[in-house]
Amino acid sequence: MTLAAGLGLVVAPRLVRADEEDAKRERPQPGDLLVKIGGDPAPLAAKDVPQGGPQILAWPFDPAGKTVRDGSRLNKVLLLRLDPAGFDEATKARAVDGVVAYSAICPHAGCEVSRWLAPVQHLECPCHFSQYDPKAGGAVIGGPAPRPLPALPLKTVDGRLAVARPFTARAGFQQS
Amino acid sequence: MSRYASAAACLAGGLALMLSAAAAAQKALPPLPQPSGPAPVPAILQNYKPVTADELKKPGDGDWPMYRRTYDGWGYSPLAEITPANVGQLKMAWTLETGQVEGHEAPPIVVNGVMFVATPGNQVLAIDAKSGDLLWRYKRPIPEDMLLLHPTSRGVGVYGDKVYFAAADAVLVALDAKTGKEVWKTKVEDYTHGYYMTLSPLIADGKVMVGCSGGELGIRGFVAAFDAETGKPVWKTYTVPAPGEPGSDTWPKGDQWKTGGGSVWIMGNYDPATNLAYWGTGNGGPWMGDQRPGDNLFTASVLALDVATGAIKGYHQYHPNESWDWDEVSPPILVDYRHNGRVIHGLVDVARDGYLWELARVDGGKIAFVAGEPFVKQNVFTSLDPKTGRPHVDPARKPGTGKKADFCPSLWGGKDWPPVAYSPKTRLLYIPANDNLCGTSIGEKVSYSPGERFVGATTTLYIAPGADHIGELQAWNLDTGKKVWSHPFANSQLWGPVLATGGGLVFMGGTNDRYFRAFDAATGKVLWQFRTGSGVIGVPVAFAFDGKEYIAVQSGWGVDSARMQARLNLVRPYQFPDVPQGGSIWVFALE
Ligand code: FES
Repeated sequence: MTLAAGLGLVVAPRLVRADEEDAKRERPQPGDLLVKIGGDPAPLAAKDVPQGGPQILAWPFDPAGKTVRDGSRLNKVLLLRLDPAGFDEATKARAVDGVVAYSAICPHAGCEVSRWLAPVQHLECPCHFSQYDPKAGGAVIGGPAPRPLPALPLKTVDGRLAVARPFTARAGFQQS
Repeated sequence: MSRYASAAACLAGGLALMLSAAAAAQKALPPLPQPSGPAPVPAILQNYKPVTADELKKPGDGDWPMYRRTYDGWGYSPLAEITPANVGQLKMAWTLETGQVEGHEAPPIVVNGVMFVATPGNQVLAIDAKSGDLLWRYKRPIPEDMLLLHPTSRGVGVYGDKVYFAAADAVLVALDAKTGKEVWKTKVEDYTHGYYMTLSPLIADGKVMVGCSGGELGIRGFVAAFDAETGKPVWKTYTVPAPGEPGSDTWPKGDQWKTGGGSVWIMGNYDPATNLAYWGTGNGGPWMGDQRPGDNLFTASVLALDVATGAIKGYHQYHPNESWDWDEVSPPILVDYRHNGRVIHGLVDVARDGYLWELARVDGGKIAFVAGEPFVKQNVFTSLDPKTGRPHVDPARKPGTGKKADFCPSLWGGKDWPPVAYSPKTRLLYIPANDNLCGTSIGEKVSYSPGERFVGATTTLYIAPGADHIGELQAWNLDTGKKVWSHPFANSQLWGPVLATGGGLVFMGGTNDRYFRAFDAATGKVLWQFRTGSGVIGVPVAFAFDGKEYIAVQSGWGVDSARMQARLNLVRPYQFPDVPQGGSIWVFALE
């Protein structure tokens, strides 16, 4: 406290959840589970994600408040299960049983990254064809995307997929 | 210690000192002085005269008060100081950066010596049209989670003491022309469900009319009218009928109508004599017609709407069961022309489907087909029904779900959104066309998720073998139905809105070499060109101040021009290099 004041910083206290709306719009938080969009409301386990692709889409789910965080499309999470042998170190550290999670929103102009190019194992955005490598931290392989897909580090809680840490970068895109 | 190390140590020490000084200062800092009262209003704005309904019907020669200057959509200014003889001496009067990237497509609207310019990023600028002084700047944040597929604005409307702006996030805003402050704002639709706005509002009969984009995001298109004074909704007419409404029998029995598309991208044209406005409508959604069997009224059509009530009084559908992404983006212009010896009280549309359509305004708002012919390479329509104009489609050239088809023109069409111009002096219609572009499309099943892409197609673009040009400025004589001249662009597509002037000139940019050009209106000869910082895809205008003629346009490449450039660069690598983005306003005059 003293230190913060001395540095002239303002530290906002962690807000008690104001209301349901805010919780729904809040980005994925550590401990959140994941539920399939438009599917079974049961939280997902690694085995629910198809081996070898394609990706499925999920909302973060706060088990304490029983809130599906579907209040912003920037919360959409893409889950993909691949052979972890091909993952780079950072991706390995964020994966659970070969399942990797990324923001589903293309950082170029905000479309959903909906395509899976199985032969090259790349994710593709249908809007302007940016391609991403899910085995290498979502790195941009081609197209106009200005930065990698933000990754969502995972862990396991009671056999379910859970969020270990927040998105590695801001989810979303630059509005011009 | 080396010189560098000691310098670094010095710097580090200095920094530490500065930091602690800053921390101390932070505590003691007095509050920033607050400006007292509102900013002073510049004289030119204090004297701003309210724009009357009559001025919108018949603008002063030196004004450009709406998207195409006049309700008939001509894009014509009678100003005649700048001519083919002197245009070679045209010089820059002033320029101003907008501070935005993406597509700068709006015309500078000029009334009372004040210029109002809409830019991407939900921004409106008010500028002293003569000096280039920035008078005010309005900016409305775009929600961070908004999927805005076309980050652009096609301009503001002016009426009374207000400036009307169709904000990207589907909110209609009325600004005080003198201060740039919001007077009222009205939510038009829900952006989280894919609705967004790119058009300039149409102002007539005391109402402000807008429509929504979002045909790629599963919207149901409409035109809506709001009271110009209060912003209260007056009427809303969907371009896709609900079950039981007229035209609903052209849709299948399911829920397709709810996400049926029919976007409204561009301000309608207006006939004050009948109080009818003519609006172009977009393609159906999703893209493949076999997922919504039927003609799908009123997609890919022109609609005649009664401005008093919103009632649909007439329509013409250019092509039924749209499957090529040929939105009928722009409305037809209102013009009388000769056809087979008769004078037609007409409508003329230069359509994305590659046809020039001659239509007639008949009693009660009905729209009759007169003639149609291709103005670019078109291989989809084998013929037109001579009575109704309904095209006979080559089934091999119509894509479907799991069925790939190859067709010309490409999905961007023979002419996309950039408006044509018509000069009553030359009686020529000036068309910014893209010729020799073709493509393929194949459909796939797609499921609807609110606010997400709802297209269901994979497309390609290619240049027709043997093509010697892509972009082409064409001039057509409406009385003979013949092309009189054309100016081809060998290595560029064309995204240039056109301006015609009483001085016998045509102005247009739109090419990837960043030039803005003047053409002889009678012959098509290039008489002047000026290179700006980015590509010029803005609507050019002419205005006058103290009797002097000015030409104004925005430069700022983006949206479709840039996307087509990226696709062309795949086809002919390195021949269509990146065009830098960044918006600016350019004003030219004779010295
Ligand atoms: S929005 Fe994904 S590539 Fe443009």
